[in-house]
Amino acid sequence: MMRYRLGQDKLTMGRKILELNWGFVLLLIITASVGFAMLYSAAPGDPNVPGSVGSWDPWAKRQLIRFAGGMVIMFVVALTDIRIWLRYSYILYFIALGLLVGVEVKGSIGMGAQRWISLGFFQLQPSELMKITLVLALARYFHGRSLEEIQSIPFLFVPLFMVAAPSVLILRQPDLGTTLMLILGSGVIFFLAGVRLWKFTLVGVSALAAIPVAWQFLHTYQKKRVLTFLNPENDPLGAGYHIMQSKIAFGSGGMTGKGFGQGSQSHLNFLPEKQTDFIFTMLAEEHGLVGGLMVMGLYLLLLIYGYAIAMRARSQYGRLVALGVTTTFFLYIFINIGMVMGLLPVVGVPLPLISYGGTVMISVLFSFGLLLSVSVHRDLTIGRKGEPDDF
Amino acid sequence: MHRSSDRSKLFSRRAAVLGGGKLVLLSALAGRMYYLQVVEAPRFKTMAEENRISIRLLPPPRGNIVDRFGEELAVNETNYRVLITAEDTNGKPKETLDTLGQVIEISEKEKKKILKEIKRKRSFVPVTVRENLTWEEVAQIEVNTPDLPGSEIDEGQTRHYPKGHYSAHVLGYVAAVSERDAKDDPLLELPGFRIGKSGIEKLHDLKLRGTGGTSQVEVNALGRVIQEVERQDGEPGAEVMLTLDAGLQQMVSERLGEEAAAAVIMDVHTGDILSMVSSPTYDPNAFNRGLSQKEWQDLINNPRGPLTNKAIAGQYAPGSTFKMVVALAALEKGVVTPTQEIYCGGHMDLGNARFHCWKRGGHGPMNMVEAHMHSCDIYFYEIAKRTGINRIHDMARRLGIGDVTGLDLPGERTGLMPSRDWKLATLGAPWQGGETLITGIGQGYVLTTPLQLAVMTSRLVSNKKVVPHLTRKITTADGVVIPVRTEFESLGLSPAHLKLVQDGMNAVTNVVGGTAYRSRIKEKEFAMAGKTGTAQVRRITKAERDSRVRKNSELPWELRDHALFVGFAPYHNPRYAASVVVEHGGSGSKVAAPIVRDLLLEAQRRESARGEPIVAPAATKKNGKEA
Repeated sequence: MMRYRLGQDKLTMGRKILELNWGFVLLLIITASVGFAMLYSAAPGDPNVPGSVGSWDPWAKRQLIRFAGGMVIMFVVALTDIRIWLRYSYILYFIALGLLVGVEVKGSIGMGAQRWISLGFFQLQPSELMKITLVLALARYFHGRSLEEIQSIPFLFVPLFMVAAPSVLILRQPDLGTTLMLILGSGVIFFLAGVRLWKFTLVGVSALAAIPVAWQFLHTYQKKRVLTFLNPENDPLGAGYHIMQSKIAFGSGGMTGKGFGQGSQSHLNFLPEKQTDFIFTMLAEEHGLVGGLMVMGLYLLLLIYGYAIAMRARSQYGRLVALGVTTTFFLYIFINIGMVMGLLPVVGVPLPLISYGGTVMISVLFSFGLLLSVSVHRDLTIGRKGEPDDF
Repeated sequence: MHRSSDRSKLFSRRAAVLGGGKLVLLSALAGRMYYLQVVEAPRFKTMAEENRISIRLLPPPRGNIVDRFGEELAVNETNYRVLITAEDTNGKPKETLDTLGQVIEISEKEKKKILKEIKRKRSFVPVTVRENLTWEEVAQIEVNTPDLPGSEIDEGQTRHYPKGHYSAHVLGYVAAVSERDAKDDPLLELPGFRIGKSGIEKLHDLKLRGTGGTSQVEVNALGRVIQEVERQDGEPGAEVMLTLDAGLQQMVSERLGEEAAAAVIMDVHTGDILSMVSSPTYDPNAFNRGLSQKEWQDLINNPRGPLTNKAIAGQYAPGSTFKMVVALAALEKGVVTPTQEIYCGGHMDLGNARFHCWKRGGHGPMNMVEAHMHSCDIYFYEIAKRTGINRIHDMARRLGIGDVTGLDLPGERTGLMPSRDWKLATLGAPWQGGETLITGIGQGYVLTTPLQLAVMTSRLVSNKKVVPHLTRKITTADGVVIPVRTEFESLGLSPAHLKLVQDGMNAVTNVVGGTAYRSRIKEKEFAMAGKTGTAQVRRITKAERDSRVRKNSELPWELRDHALFVGFAPYHNPRYAASVVVEHGGSGSKVAAPIVRDLLLEAQRRESARGEPIVAPAATKKNGKEA
């Protein structure tokens, strides 16, 4: 490894491609393929063919195309010099923040919430963009700082504001799930950067104290979701319906599931949004505990790769970006699976790489591009502002 | 470098903590998954099945009721209705409804109601616009189908009684299940399901009903049917064949007309009820359709009681038709001989009371046959006195009076045959001698139903313990025939005594001077024997008797006497027994006897004209109500 060290900033493109973490890429493809299969199964079969199960239309085919596009973006991002990302971190953050303000001012209505900006061919979701750029911006802010600096309180005002501004905007959309992910993901970066633990305790306690106040500001449907989450069986035909039906699907799937395309809960539309937020339910129904654990195993391997990359990176920026991205990925998985199993409120977080949806697919692959970029440029030491480190 | 290394250590430490935390959280997810998919799996599996499969009941066709020759008395008729399914109307259910309104008549009020229902229900649920469409309306709608998106003609079944009002009291009717009905059969929960509410429809309801089939359909969360998974056709209801003769039933019904009357014709040997009519009648189809408030009020307030089956639930003093019972009791006890004469002077004194014969001045000396022929009251007072009430009671009960006969029809009443014990138990008073006398002429406490009178006649003709029945056989859908008893044990009466009573009855109709001689059947082979009866419903006061007993025509309807007649035919080889009661009809000989003559003549003629049993006529084309 040491022999590349001095020549890191002069890596050739061919060298970089070789340095790409191909095992990780293979895992990505396998995981996404599970998604294609589930989307194929979720689609109604040919009505003219009895017993026909699943279809490439309308979801699986488009998801495949998006994944292919996302992979291209991922490689481009991965091969881009990590210092360039560092240099543009703030700019990208402000672009994302601007877009968030944009949806606030003029957004299109989708699912009763303003979350998208239509770019004609593509529905851009600024909150997804923010998940990445906030990691970048925070990583840059903490990059190259001494522990003394990090542990002084005024030093934290700027990054706190960097988290607060988009959080408030996204909460107003309203998108509770993304807001939580932003705050938790940022908290992890603060934690990894070395912020004192008592400060987290302080924030945690004050957050708990703020719950009754925050409750007043929640939308009716958000309140309802939380209440429903607390006791879904109270209202099986109303708001608790989705959770109940999802649990029934899990339970009826049993150990090995009902078989590909045989999930009665999913196919008879008892499951809401089976191709997006509740796709894991369908997977668990059709492939049982075994299938579900295998998919979770794939995710675990991806997470382990993320950790390994972070540990191998020499720069603080690289490490923070790698773990920030990995943590965001983890949060997607944890919130989604916890939600469909009735452990967490239904907050509308998709299952990354598997759920149908372009924005999340592209944003996740973009962030994995950053992770790979950290991996490729792992031995690069970087100065405060992206210049080669003088050490 | 030193600081950087510190920072690196801190990072590694914290990253490890973070990674550990994530692992714990993922394990929690896995644990939850294990809990849901393994521990709780059985519960959720059941819930998933319930979710997916919806069981729909398929109502079985109700069994037909036919007469003894197979003519249909109660059938299922196709009921055409037009439905609108909102989702197929191209989003314009109102337009379809308006267009439909030009084809068949729909009032604005109905339209509003239907549109409201369409809005309330899910868009794929069909809403009934109108039921009981005529053929013309069905044709009109079908022709205009292209302009009526979302509309469809649907076939249902309703009960229909082709000649319902002739046999309404026997057949009964079907109606919607009410709150009070037992809900043991899931079929009863079906909207629009009808069950038998009276008569044969009620008695054989379970057999006529059949068993419901089920269709297991796969539905989605909205209740929309995706496909049928399994279908189990139910078993259609059994066919009930009655002993009635529909043609005779019609004739009897028409003969009774609008009188408040009842008639029973039965086979003296088998107990087959060939005809049972209670008049006035009603249309059982109306009950199925649903009666208006006014129709219902008219029915229940009619003083002639159209809803009551008078043949089994009307209780009348038998009057002189009871005299055969007294005669048989007296002969059995040996208190009178066939030829012994008893002098009728027009009245008879017992203690302080004086008992009159219907004939002022009396009949002179009477033997048993003559006493029957002239219906002499004094003769029967005398032999009743000699016999005693308990023996008369026992004989009456043997002949079927004073208790239900056991007819297979709900609603039969017992009538009343008094005895010493009965009076002491119910009225708390000892039996008076005079009461035996008036019981001897079928007055006083004794009450009979027209059916009991027919049974009595059958028994004293056949000397068998005949039990009447209306069900000839029941044929279930898979061809199993449930037979009915037609053989009966002997009554054990002396043939000589019976012959004597029958001779008396023969004299009534066939000997000049008999009370019903004018109503005799002239054709020798059809000759009828019988007995008149006139039951007083009012008390004739001493003052009235002293001046002049008012004629029936001078009295208001409800005070007139009941006219009765029992008869059997043909006299030499008895086959049919008949009884007729005309409420407040006047004299038995003038009013009831001619009716029985016509009934028995018709019954015998139909039999001889037939030669062999009539084959069931082809099902008549049914097309609902005419427009």
